[in-house]
Parts: sequence; C-alpha cells; structure tokens
Amino acid sequence: MSSERRPATKLVPVPSTNIIPERDIGQHPILETRHLGIDFGGLSAVSDFNMAIGRTEIAGLIGPNGAGKTTIFNLLTKVYQPTRGSILLDGIDTANKTTAQVNQLGIARTFQNIRLFRDLTVLENVLIGLHNETKYNLASAIFRTPNYWRREKIARERAIELLSIFDMQDLAAHKAGSLPYGAQRRLEIVRALATNPSLLLLDEPAAGMNPSETSELMDNIVKIRDTFGIAIMLIEHDMNLVMGICEGICVLNFGKIIAKGTPDDIQSNPAVIEAYLGKKKEG
Amino acid sequence: MSLFFSQLFNGLQTGSVFALVALGYSMVYGIILLLNFAHGDIIMVGAYTAFYAMTTFHLHPIFSVVLAILVSTALGVMIEKVAYTPLRQAPRLSLLITAIGISFLLENGAQLLFGADTKSMDPIITGSVTFSGITISYAAMMTIVVSIVVMLLLTLLVQKTRLGKAMRAVSEDMGAAQLMGISLNKTISFTFAVGSALAGIGSILYLCAYPQASPTMGSMLGLKAFVAAVLGGIGSIPGAMIGGFAIGLLEALVSAVGLSVWKDGVVFAILIVVLLVRPTGILGRKVMEKV
Repeated sequence: MSSERRPATKLVPVPSTNIIPERDIGQHPILETRHLGIDFGGLSAVSDFNMAIGRTEIAGLIGPNGAGKTTIFNLLTKVYQPTRGSILLDGIDTANKTTAQVNQLGIARTFQNIRLFRDLTVLENVLIGLHNETKYNLASAIFRTPNYWRREKIARERAIELLSIFDMQDLAAHKAGSLPYGAQRRLEIVRALATNPSLLLLDEPAAGMNPSETSELMDNIVKIRDTFGIAIMLIEHDMNLVMGICEGICVLNFGKIIAKGTPDDIQSNPAVIEAYLGKKKEG
Repeated sequence: MSLFFSQLFNGLQTGSVFALVALGYSMVYGIILLLNFAHGDIIMVGAYTAFYAMTTFHLHPIFSVVLAILVSTALGVMIEKVAYTPLRQAPRLSLLITAIGISFLLENGAQLLFGADTKSMDPIITGSVTFSGITISYAAMMTIVVSIVVMLLLTLLVQKTRLGKAMRAVSEDMGAAQLMGISLNKTISFTFAVGSALAGIGSILYLCAYPQASPTMGSMLGLKAFVAAVLGGIGSIPGAMIGGFAIGLLEALVSAVGLSVWKDGVVFAILIVVLLVRPTGILGRKVMEKV
C-alpha cells in the first residue's frame, strides 16, 4: 500500500526500552505496560510484555495465530487479571480497576468476533456507548423532565454525529444484527468511540473485508486518529494494512515480544520472518 | 354470559398479579440467568409489611402501600448483595440452590416471627359496580388499571432510559457491556430493585383480592408466576406480561367450567406442555450456544 499516506515516523525510546513516535515525545505515553504476564494453569500465555504507545500513535500488534495478541487486549481491558506486571494508562496503574472502570479511564475496544447488541438498534448501540456521558436521575426519566429531554437530545445528536463518521446515520433505526457484515464492523468502532476513549483497541478490524473495503478502513482509521487525536492499537493479519498505517509495530510469538520497531524494521527483521515462515534449513 | 364476563374480570385480576410477579422473575433471569425462587417470598414479606402497617400501626393505606414496596425493594437488593453477588463466578447450579435456600429462610423466618397461622384483615377496597348484569369489584378494576400503568412505566424505563438500555446491554452481552463502561454491580442491583418493587406492588394487589397473609403464601403465587414467565418466554418482558394474563385467565376459565379443584393442576400441566413443545415460550429468544 502507498506509504506516502503517512509521514515517515521516527520512533524514539521513552524511559525504558519502549519506543513511541517522535512527535509524542515530551508527553506521557498513553499506555505503558511493564513486565506484563498471565498464566493459564501452568501455561504462560503472555510473559514480560513491555510496550509503550504514544498519545497519537497508531500501533500494530502482530504475530502468528495463538501468539497471545487477543490475550493482551483482554489484559489491557481487565477482562483477564494479569498474573504479573503492571499496566499504566495515562500514568494511572489499572491494577485495582474493573473492566467498566478501565473503559471510563479511556480504553475502548472492538472484538475479533463481532459482539454488538444484536437485538438493539444501531442508534441504541451507540447510545449504550454513551452510557457514562448521559447521566440524569431516574425520576427525571420517568417523569420526563426537561433535563431528561435535553440529555437525551444531546446524546442522540452525538450518536448520529458519530455514526456519520462512517456515513451510517441513515441506518440508525435498523437492528444491529440485521446489518451487513462490513457495517457491523464499522458500528463496533463507532460504539467504541462513543465511550470517549483515549486509546482505541481494534481486534482484527479488517477480518473478512475485501481489498477495497480494507483500503477504505485504513483511511478511516487514520481519519479517526486525526479527528479525535487518540491512540489506536490494532491486531491485524492483513500486512498491507499493518505496514500501511501502523507507526510502531510489536511482533508477538508464543506470548513473548520478538521484535519492535517501524514497519521497515519489522519487514527486514530475521526473527519475524522466521516466526511467520519458519527457519531456513541450513546447508 | 354474565358469569363468563365476571370470571373474565377475575381472571384479569389474578392475571395482573401473576404478570407483575412474573416480570420480576423474567428480568432477573434475563440479566444473570438465575431463577430467583426467593422472588415469591418477597411478596409474602411485602404482604406482611402492609398487613402490620394497616392493622397494628393503623397507618393510612397509601403509606402502608409505599412502605410495603420500599421493604420489598430493599429486601430484594439485600438478597442480591448478600447471597448472589458472592456467587457471580460460581456455577449456575450453586446460585439456583442458594435461591431455594433463601426462599426457605424467608418462609421459616416469617413463621418464627409472625406465627404459622393465616392473618386476615378487612378488605382494603370494598364495593363493586354492575353494568348490564356484569358485576365487577372495585378491587378488580383497580388491580387491572394499576398493573397496566406499572407495566407501561416499566416498558418506558427499559426502552427509553439509559439504565434500561444498560440492562438490555448487560442481558445481551455482559462482557461487551462492561467494555462500554457499564457497571455490572449497579445494573444488576437496579434490576433486582425494579423486580422486587414490582413484587411489592404485586403483594398489595394480592391483598386486595385475598386480604390475608401467611408465611407460605408466596410459594404458590411465585410458582405460578414462574410458570407464567416460562409460558411467555423467560427473559422477555412483554412475554412475562402475556404469560401472566394467560395463566390468570386460564385459572378463571377452569373455575368457570366447575373444575376449580383442578386449577393448580392445569397451570402446572401448562408448564410441562410448554417445556416439551416450545421451551423458549411464546416470545422467548432462541439461545444459541457459542461454538
């Protein structure tokens, strides 16, 4: 894919061995993990995972199937509790936070297998994402006070505005489960954005998309980053997408980081080639 | 003919109570997949509260009603916090058995506190009105109206408010809902509070029909409301309403043809038939196993 869509990124070390884009230097990384690890029974699924993400970085997490990529997303969102190490979100340790609290602190995500609220409408899905933005008390909802109407109106307008990023505002009244596959994937991103994240985690956003849809998705991911000024971390198998838009890439194999760097570094890294293609036979 | 219509209104009256109680079963099941068998006994506690408030303390009926609803709501939330929250990660069977245990605890606790005998009181609402040979009691009219208003409010709550949307989100996908920043504890407690408040209202309406309280009054009422919830499709709110009215009307119909001793049997036969023929009930959603 065209590499001119992004200015060349220079990754520079933050305190520790992590790297973030040069323009994000001088500010806290939005996410920093330190020696993060989790065991399932005796099996160490992820170990010694150290990564930092700049505040406006698009970061990629790649690796062969079963490398532990989704496990890392589950750790970051506290769906799993880490066995070792710590996660700092904007400098705040998330050790004692629940999934819902981590979301309120600024992490939102989508899922590898789409998990929309299928029986609810497109609009309602986005409104649920806006749950913590639309506070009013119950009495005002039951008795329909002006405060209730105002909050609901603001939430609706916000939801439609978010839907319009993907030009989906006309689908608002449809059941989420009735949308075509590509639209469901886009709705998941909108719903995640509605929670007002500072870090958006996308789990295989291009899965099942054809090349033209993927190329549109790439433009949209960059557009979201630029519009909202947030960091995005994505898991993806589509190397065109990863190499085309990610600035920093982290390669995982058997739960361990085997390489970190810019797309150019990664493409020429022998350890990565070996993980994907196997070792060249000697002699 | 006039007998038929009188029975129809009786059926709607008991059906309203079943529907309100069935809603509590269905909402709790929808959100944490628990058959809360202690739900029927919350009605019993609500009924005793109203009974003592009106007879011993001579409170105004309105205050007694409010008090009964508040006590039921508080009890429901307390049961959730004390008995069910610690078991959220436990197998579902443990939760179910805990619910049955709570039910026994409440029934026997009531026997200890209030005695095993049935406490009778004067009817709360007396009088009736006759239209062209059909007699309808004011109690029946009020029960039907109150329950329909409550159900409309509940529908608004679930469909239009952010807490209602949070409830539906948790019920559909608990994990994804948490990732949207929805607090599981708050949403589940709120569901128990609403369900138990409905049981409190149900207990008052029950007292209007049968002005007496006994420690085991909640068990049969609870079981029949459970049948109503299953018939309507457990987890479905409109299903619980339809199921409640259907069971109430069916009972009245069975009594009208002179088989009133059979009416409990018929209700449970319905449960067996539904579970055999259409286990998801009238409006229940299909449960798809994740593969």
